[in-house]
Amino acid sequence: MAEEMRILMRNYGKIDPLNIDDYISAGGYKGLEKARAMSQKDLMAEVQKSGLRGRGGAGFNAGMKWSFSYNTPSDQKYVVCNADEGEPGTYKDRLIMENDPQSVLEGMAVCGYAIGSNKGYIYCRGEYPYVVEKLNTAIEQAKAKGVLGDFDIEVRMGAGAYVCGEESALIESIEGHRGEPRFKPPFPPVTGLWGKPTIVNNVETFANIPLILEKGADWFAGIGAKSYPGTKLMTLTGDVVNCTFIEVPTDTTIRQVIFDFGGGIAGGKKFKAVQIGGTSGGFIPESLLDTAIDFDSMAAIGATLGSGAVFVMDESRDMVDVINQITKFFEHESCGKCSPCREGTKRMHEMVKNIYSGRGTAADLDLLNRLGTVMSKACLCGLGQAAPSPVLTTLQHFKTDYTAKFN
Amino acid sequence: MADYKEIVGAYKEVPGGLIEAYHALQREFNYIPEDAIDAAAQIFDIPKAKAYGVATFYSYFQVGTRGKYIIRICESAPCHIAGAAQVVSALEKELGIKMGETTADGLFTLEFTECVGQCQATPVITINSKPYGDLTPENISTILAEYK
Repeated sequence: MAEEMRILMRNYGKIDPLNIDDYISAGGYKGLEKARAMSQKDLMAEVQKSGLRGRGGAGFNAGMKWSFSYNTPSDQKYVVCNADEGEPGTYKDRLIMENDPQSVLEGMAVCGYAIGSNKGYIYCRGEYPYVVEKLNTAIEQAKAKGVLGDFDIEVRMGAGAYVCGEESALIESIEGHRGEPRFKPPFPPVTGLWGKPTIVNNVETFANIPLILEKGADWFAGIGAKSYPGTKLMTLTGDVVNCTFIEVPTDTTIRQVIFDFGGGIAGGKKFKAVQIGGTSGGFIPESLLDTAIDFDSMAAIGATLGSGAVFVMDESRDMVDVINQITKFFEHESCGKCSPCREGTKRMHEMVKNIYSGRGTAADLDLLNRLGTVMSKACLCGLGQAAPSPVLTTLQHFKTDYTAKFN
Repeated sequence: MADYKEIVGAYKEVPGGLIEAYHALQREFNYIPEDAIDAAAQIFDIPKAKAYGVATFYSYFQVGTRGKYIIRICESAPCHIAGAAQVVSALEKELGIKMGETTADGLFTLEFTECVGQCQATPVITINSKPYGDLTPENISTILAEYK
């Protein structure tokens, strides 16, 4: 049986997360110390060589992203930690922030040194006020110890908008505006918060940084899948025996995640589908379960790794019922800035609702396919581009659930 | 309105302070009073439409009254298949109001929400952001008793 590998969760249950001395005794802040002994360029080369790719869903090489900000001269630069974890079924960033907040602060401080920034923000979702309190305590302790040097970190709280997980919408929100994504380019590493070079990385990305420096890029690059090395924190929900979290190397297969770690399907039922990466992820049938969870393997089967949420459905589940709920979600969460998303998510939910209530026809399925394809290309940001994915993949793999609704 | 000016004014010099000011208002009132939008527009020197636009963009902010305890029920897919609809019915029955409404005594408001990140224990509700998981129609009244 496959085994968990706890890198991010190495301190889980072992230290008092709100006592910085515990973190330091466990080796904390050695990575930052090592980073500061390196030149900025060597540091970024090391992070780049580790192969660490963004854990928020886009999978961009973190070291390379940092170099874009480093190479942009400016009187002020910012480091932003995206803690707006909003993908339904995901709570891995909360786990990291609640159980090892200093690892996130340390990762941010390393990034600050690398790009030449003295100011960081953590944008934490409004659903987690109790996490904000813990982060503030952790920041106070780090400041009192002086471990962050001249790098300042401030927590800002979101207010219940899924789109703010998109980096430019998140930036707009920190600036005090409606959280609407910006037109790109320019990208945030060049023109970000208040127009300054800004690195936005996910909580999990930053939390990986300290150990990469402590143990070296080669160590990290040797774990899991070659093109997306390291571990991934996954959260299991739905009809699975163990609704829990796991941290596994990225070459673990979906089948291992569900059946070895998840304990299989609850209630002795059979597997039907799994949606990975949150509510914007594709639906995966039984025949594709031997795919590894890494970014590229998932992309190759038309799915995503995304946030690492694993939503399992048993044989009794009606895909159209689930898709009806998901399309309603996107209609509600579309920010309304671009018309393909504003109108598309609305019409998509309308059609699915029609089919669900028995008023649909085969022509609706063709329309859904067409609309979904257009949205995935024409929408301004990742929200609208990914929104059709659950619809398109269920039409592909579970079409009979739709046709069974026709009268 | 004097109160509002004091609360909002504390964030005037904070970069991007408008949203921070709205959070402060909500900590005080659980909602954003209509007049506070005027105060925010004046203090941050922005059009009232913009102050209103920001307040209404985010689902955790509400312009206009809400109860003392905001009960939010997650309706995202994992909570949905775990039986969130039955929890909604039980809450509506227990409180005698529909989703989106506030009880006559001003104590409870029922709202839908999307994922609150406590998916190890679906279905989930939050009461003034404190999460309660593994809900069933049967354990609703015990939880509400804490707040009555």
